[in-house]
Amino acid sequence: METNDIMAKQKNLDQLQKTPTGIRGLDEIANGGLPKGRTALVCGNAGCGKTILAMEFIARGALDFGEPGVFIAFEETPEELEKNFLSLGFDLKKLVARKMIAVDYVYIERSEIEETGSYDLDGLFIRLEHAIDSVGAKRVVLDTLEVLFAGLSDAAILRAELRRLFRWLKQKGVTAIVTGERGQGMLTRYGLEEYVADCVILLDLRVQEQIATRRLRVVKYRGSKHGADEYPFLIDEHGLSILPLSSLSLNHQASSKRISAGNARLDRMLDGKGYFRGSTVLVSGTAGAGKSSLAAAFVLSACQRGERALYFAFEESPAQIMRNMNSIGLDLEPMVRKGLLKFQAARPSLHGLEMHLVTMHKAVDEFQPAVVVLDPISNLVAVATVTEGKSMLTRLIDFLKCDGITALFTDLIHGGAPLETTNEEISSLIDTWISLRDMEVNGERNRGLQIIKSRGMAHSNQIREFLLTRKGIDLLDVYLGPAGVLTGSARVAQEAEEKAETLVQQQQRVRKQHEWRRKRLSLERQMAELRAQSEMEAEEERQIGAQDEALAKTFARNRNALANLRGTDQFVSRNGKGRK
Amino acid sequence: MKNQTSKAKNATASEKGKGKAVWQLRLYVAGQTPKSMAALTNLRKICEEHLQDYTLEVIDLLKQPQLAHGDQILAIPTLVRKLPTPMKKIIGDLSNTERVLVGLDLREARRKTND
Repeated sequence: METNDIMAKQKNLDQLQKTPTGIRGLDEIANGGLPKGRTALVCGNAGCGKTILAMEFIARGALDFGEPGVFIAFEETPEELEKNFLSLGFDLKKLVARKMIAVDYVYIERSEIEETGSYDLDGLFIRLEHAIDSVGAKRVVLDTLEVLFAGLSDAAILRAELRRLFRWLKQKGVTAIVTGERGQGMLTRYGLEEYVADCVILLDLRVQEQIATRRLRVVKYRGSKHGADEYPFLIDEHGLSILPLSSLSLNHQASSKRISAGNARLDRMLDGKGYFRGSTVLVSGTAGAGKSSLAAAFVLSACQRGERALYFAFEESPAQIMRNMNSIGLDLEPMVRKGLLKFQAARPSLHGLEMHLVTMHKAVDEFQPAVVVLDPISNLVAVATVTEGKSMLTRLIDFLKCDGITALFTDLIHGGAPLETTNEEISSLIDTWISLRDMEVNGERNRGLQIIKSRGMAHSNQIREFLLTRKGIDLLDVYLGPAGVLTGSARVAQEAEEKAETLVQQQQRVRKQHEWRRKRLSLERQMAELRAQSEMEAEEERQIGAQDEALAKTFARNRNALANLRGTDQFVSRNGKGRK
Repeated sequence: MKNQTSKAKNATASEKGKGKAVWQLRLYVAGQTPKSMAALTNLRKICEEHLQDYTLEVIDLLKQPQLAHGDQILAIPTLVRKLPTPMKKIIGDLSNTERVLVGLDLREARRKTND
């Protein structure tokens, strides 16, 4: 255990100390920054950003890390340098006045110089030392040392002096950046890399199909691990942004929370709850199938929940999108005013794919949206090859997923192409894939919506008719008949037919009811007649009974009277029952 | 610390009157290195032989590092011809007199006065 501890401590001591550059992405790639107290070489062709990188290193050092710096400019005048610093948002004059930065501008013109006998570059050393001491610099930039080779002819002296210079810088303990122009077959034109052993960074500006992309590569970093790939980077008003790919991994969190797709009916198709938060949605379809509208509805619903949404438009201007969406009842403008919705529109050909990626990366970092829309990706990746496009989208999806951002991409499918393919071959990266299709029947075109896949939920397998109305988007059941799927006026006609049929049936039913009622009434009438008849007969029967009784009484009385008259008693016993 | 050496005090006015430029030279050195000492010796000799009216200033950058910026000094030793204009710089120990004279445009100047 103890030996392990000692070894760990030893390891820490041995580990190279780093000076963070403060440049977005670079410290990540260089695993912490540049080697502390050493000299790094930044090389590249003219105009690829060497000076900007060096300037940002100095300015960030002074402002963010409290390390004063010295900038020795061989190529630019003080005014130019000041302007360049200002273009990155740094006020060089102020920094110099506050003794955070010392600047020395070295001018060397061969035609003004005659060389005779041996010399050395003590003058440069003295100036450098003077500048370092004046601010207590921890960082030094020499931009571009190679100017010396153009200004002085004795290469042997120069090389010896450069070797001495780098040794001297190391002794001084400053972290230095030396820039150098790219040479033929070499990293720098005059082989500066021979003197710089610790860290070499190569910048590159490549033009492909008229689109320029800047890239950065750490060629060499002694004693430290570093990202070895070429990383695209961007220069804007905040300096450099380098996009590290090291985050390319498949371990992002998977949220089980759901987010509305922007339409209640569509949510119901998606297992009743909509998309998963942080998932990636692809809406593919032919021209005019309603992709952007679906995207806008999604964005609007996010904004209505109070979430931020970032809309990357590669085809239409923000104003045009807002106008068009307004026509289908999706009013995005108030959301823009509230700062919930941000459009970022750019022509795909504005810059290379890598640069788009960096720009989007940056915009997302700054705006922190919950929802991102790319409309359309087909147009965006058209500026590059399929492989590049796929790689770019993979990285973008990965980045958005890591941040838990729900992304919706629209993808234009050209007529004739099978619906279940994407030009970008990214369907495997997509979590939910909605296909919008045009259905041409009976001389009209209607929109259909179906969910091709949706990972992790029991989604509907039904095709719905997708309607763009003045009140937004709507989904309707399509009529499935023997002739197939019916949409549009065919569906309406079918529905009318069904309605007529129902009407007929209803009328028939009413007529029948009438008939039945009549029949019932007549029966009831008959029943009443019969009942009356039977009552009459019963009355008759009773009357007849009464008559009979009266008759019998009369008869008996008459007989008794007769018997009395006759004086016989044979009848008395017979009739004396009641009398006793 | 400025180390000034001037010569031909009396001649100044008459030389000027003939339209000849006043020579103003500066030699930048860094401490008493052999190269610097050699340059100073060589320069003094050239001045004695070829210039009548001149001032020579020797600047030690170890003592006055802030002066290196003004004349854009990188190499040591550097001889700067401040006057006559245009400014000229000659770097090295000035051991090659011919090159120094060419560098100072003295060959041209002499030829002109001889004509």
